[in-house]
Amino acid sequence: MSEQWLGLITGVFFGILLQQGRVLRFEKQVGAMLLKDMTIMKFMLSAILVGMIGIHLLVGLGLAQFSLKATQLWAIVIGGTLFGAGWAVMGFCPGTAVGALGEGRVHAVWAIVGMVAGAGLFAEAYPALQNTVLAAGNLGKISLPGVLGVSPWAVIPALAAVFILVFVFFEKKGL
Amino acid sequence: MRKSVEWRPYVAGALLGVLATLSVWASTAVLGKTQYLGASTTFVRAAGMVEQTVAPEHVDRSPYFLKEKVKVDWQFMLIVGVFIGALASSLADGSFKLETIPPVWRERFGNSAARRAVGGVLGGVLAMFGARMADGCPSGHGLSGLMQLSVSGFLALAFFFGIGALVAAVVYRGKGVRP
Repeated sequence: MSEQWLGLITGVFFGILLQQGRVLRFEKQVGAMLLKDMTIMKFMLSAILVGMIGIHLLVGLGLAQFSLKATQLWAIVIGGTLFGAGWAVMGFCPGTAVGALGEGRVHAVWAIVGMVAGAGLFAEAYPALQNTVLAAGNLGKISLPGVLGVSPWAVIPALAAVFILVFVFFEKKGL
Repeated sequence: MRKSVEWRPYVAGALLGVLATLSVWASTAVLGKTQYLGASTTFVRAAGMVEQTVAPEHVDRSPYFLKEKVKVDWQFMLIVGVFIGALASSLADGSFKLETIPPVWRERFGNSAARRAVGGVLGGVLAMFGARMADGCPSGHGLSGLMQLSVSGFLALAFFFGIGALVAAVVYRGKGVRP
């Protein structure tokens, strides 16, 4: 099978789960940022809880490799700040904007147009950023267990416990 | 009065964790290269394809487009699939709804479709410039990064959400969703 077909099939299931989780909607995204409706956090943390176990098992069995992104401090701090501000105004993140269009939220097309333009602008800015912001404070591809000097199987149960406590808190507060 | 627990986001989320695991396994087995869920690089490729129609030489010389390669790859088709999956799923359970202005936006900014368009485009430009600088979005950094326990993922998600909450509190002040 080609990478395109595999991507398409995976994406259809990804789209179904995003839609069934009800996380594609503007009001759910903005609701989370206003700390009033934590649907998207419940969805993301549940996915991470299961996925971190599955992926570490696969890598442990030699059936997959990690693909960590470098921890570039300034790029993540500045880029993350710009992203957060844009996310609040746009009301979608990149994947959910496309999914929202699929469920009939035609206004998501403006977010998609803006994001394609933003990607084009970044391509123009890249030569200037490459040796400045993007090169500063690069700590390389580091993982939490690596930094702590422990096995991932020590971190995973601890993180799972934190996530479950967060879920209990959300449900108690009716978020 | 306390509401009963809504299990939907937990169940769909846990199934996404299963899908992410299966996808990592299948991409390694079938393609020989482990692919992780992500979205924002696809917007770079889409921008490159749009620019190719007017200035192909410019795209060929751009260091960023050379780095990210303008082509329809695994992740590009993943995002096409998200559109198809969301469309099919919402039609199947009747939750498909044509909407030109989000209700939360309307409460704060009124019924102008033009104003929503400006908000969507400006927010989109800002967010994608930031996502490319940070090298990922809530899918690539948030989901895939945290599943791999990458420090970059924890840091990025904290800034995405922390700054998002601060800006949302200002932009939608006094309004917003009813709990």
